Amino acid sequence: MAHLQLNHITKRFGRIEAIKHLSLDIRNGEFFCLLGPPGAGKTTLLRLIAGLERPDEGDIYIDSVRVNDVFPGDRDVAIVFQNLALYPHKTVYENIAFPLRERKIAPAEIEQRVRAAAKLLHIEQLLARKPARLSGGERQRVAIGRALVRRPRAYLMDEPLANLDARLRLEMRVELKHLQKDLGQTFLYVTNDQIEALSMADRMAVLNKGVLQQCDEPDVIYRLPANRFVATIVGSPPMNFLPCTLAVANGTLTVRHEHFVYRPADESGLRAALAGRSAADGRVWLGVRPEDIGVYEAAPTNEAMLAEVVVLEPLGQETIVDLRLGREIIKARVPPTRRLHEHQTVWITFDPAKLHLFDAVTDTRLYTSTREQPLVGGRKTL
Amino acid sequence: MASIRLHNLRKTFGNVVAVHSLSLSIADGEFAALLGPSGCGKTTTMNMIAGLETPTAGDIFFGDKRVNDVPPDRRGVGFVFQNYAIFTHMTVAENIGFGLRVQRRPPDEIRREVHKVAELLDITHLLTTRAGKLSINDMQKVAIGRSMIMKPRIFLLDEPFSNLDASFRFYMRGELKRLQREIGQTMIYVTHDQVEAMSMADKIAVMDFGVLQQFGTPDEIYNTPANLFVANFIGSPSMNFVRCRYCQENGQGYLVQQEGPARLVLDARRRHLLAQRHRADDLVLGIRPEFIHASPTMSAAEPETAWPGRVVFLEPLGARTIVHVRVGADTLQVAAPADYRPALDAPQWLTLDPRFLHVFDAQSGLAIR
Repeated sequence: MAHLQLNHITKRFGRIEAIKHLSLDIRNGEFFCLLGPPGAGKTTLLRLIAGLERPDEGDIYIDSVRVNDVFPGDRDVAIVFQNLALYPHKTVYENIAFPLRERKIAPAEIEQRVRAAAKLLHIEQLLARKPARLSGGERQRVAIGRALVRRPRAYLMDEPLANLDARLRLEMRVELKHLQKDLGQTFLYVTNDQIEALSMADRMAVLNKGVLQQCDEPDVIYRLPANRFVATIVGSPPMNFLPCTLAVANGTLTVRHEHFVYRPADESGLRAALAGRSAADGRVWLGVRPEDIGVYEAAPTNEAMLAEVVVLEPLGQETIVDLRLGREIIKARVPPTRRLHEHQTVWITFDPAKLHLFDAVTDTRLYTSTREQPLVGGRKTL
Repeated sequence: MASIRLHNLRKTFGNVVAVHSLSLSIADGEFAALLGPSGCGKTTTMNMIAGLETPTAGDIFFGDKRVNDVPPDRRGVGFVFQNYAIFTHMTVAENIGFGLRVQRRPPDEIRREVHKVAELLDITHLLTTRAGKLSINDMQKVAIGRSMIMKPRIFLLDEPFSNLDASFRFYMRGELKRLQREIGQTMIYVTHDQVEAMSMADKIAVMDFGVLQQFGTPDEIYNTPANLFVANFIGSPSMNFVRCRYCQENGQGYLVQQEGPARLVLDARRRHLLAQRHRADDLVLGIRPEFIHASPTMSAAEPETAWPGRVVFLEPLGARTIVHVRVGADTLQVAAPADYRPALDAPQWLTLDPRFLHVFDAQSGLAIR
């Protein structure tokens, strides 16, 4: 088991800063996910921990020991890559046993460890096969098995499911999480798939362009995203953003959009958040998640707004509705039983308890509503 | 524009049958998806439609015309692949207009058409940008534009979004569907991602091992799957399956879990259907996660329908939580509200909505209805 710490790490490749002053603390026995788009620096970070790259600045600790100068082979961490490098001419058994043979471990011990790993991964019946005769999921399991037999202190996984079919990814997600719980080991899991991160991680970090955006439990990342980037990368479809301005009318702070006015319940909280911010010119983004938009055929309240259904995306368990609200297209999530059609005019409402405001200049989250406070509908036409 | 009809289409590579006697019709202006896991024959099917592969047997019709012997460049199909080929040294406008320039069309016409396409794709602001400087997302739009400008009768797309990041995929799904509606072209979209197929297509052909499993609207495919493969492949998380047998007691019909305590009372129609069957001792009950209700207490109303289980796993997905509950030897996934967070190992009572129950023959895999 291992406690991984990164202190103010910077990594440059030529003039490009791949990682910028990044600090992270990954706890012992934690399933920790690094989420970010391609090029965010996730893989670089993983390679830094494994010792395949050296940081230009900052320190890396494994179990409180500084490992900057420790060779990869002596760090006792195992990596599972996206492109699994199995030896095609060796059997599954020999592939898994390989790292142990290299370490000159006694044959009886090898046998015992390989069988134990195969059992844990449900591939006991495949040990005599060659990789060419395995499915994608089976190959992935063999690659994990090869890491498992080494009994490392931590597992570093670089998008291990990315090359698998959507269906298989779903199954492997649950299996990996179970495996980690069974082993009780530290897993650092790199992915660009938000569902993988939300569903597997005990805690997660969101990375963009080498900069840490937020590090917290998946629930917090989803409910209280630190900025627009985080709000967009988690949730599918992503959060909708509507351009608004902050205005003070009769001493009350309001958020104004072309189509509605929103009065934040916790006005003092918002004022405090705004103090000294660049949003002084009053431009903000109002963020609302697709599941927090109500879609109605008749006006449910005075606050409802008119919108046009542009496209319907039925997903079976739910339908995503693309709605045109004035000049913007926003996406809402409705139950599959709703009979809507394209070009239909509908009434929409936003759940006032789940709205977010982001600074239009810095993209930082300024405020999230927690109590009921209705939106006041403005214009009722498109 | 054209309708497409495949009649007993077959393709073998050596001993391997890639596509097995495939017949289906795609109407003029329809958006059809070919969906299946890798190796299911979907790309081979598309390549035969395009003329890049010659069928071993069977016929391909565009409208009334058999096109088996028509070379690819004369079939009037446009392609967009996962790995798009665009010229990085040319501007976006030059890339989009390329096909028309090869045809030596007058410059004003090319300019006009390029603009029209760019507007549809929302990339007019990029027309003078060198394609090499574009983001991956915009490059894919240019690739679509290059194909679109040729006004092909049929548009073929082979996993065009699989290299793109998730939020852009979401955006493009809506965009492509809107685009297809606006230009009204017949479109065939190849994918292994059921969400893409469900959200965009008018009709979905689900394939496995070269065999067409079902061809229908997203609604049909999702709500009345023809067999276990389709039921399992469509939906995320997938449908739950519980091995059962049928039994009758006191004039009631039940499905009884093979390895566990659960049982379910059947309605008259299902009871009738199963009572007639020769072999009703090996069945699979299927129910989607969203049609199971999980509760820490047993509902007093209908004790017989509640299944006792324990929480083995939680998957919080933001908008909802997937609760994995073990009932006997089976584990069922339940789609619960986002804030439902029972403790691991906590007892749960599951109530299944009988209106959304599926029953399959365990041997043949076929739905019984």
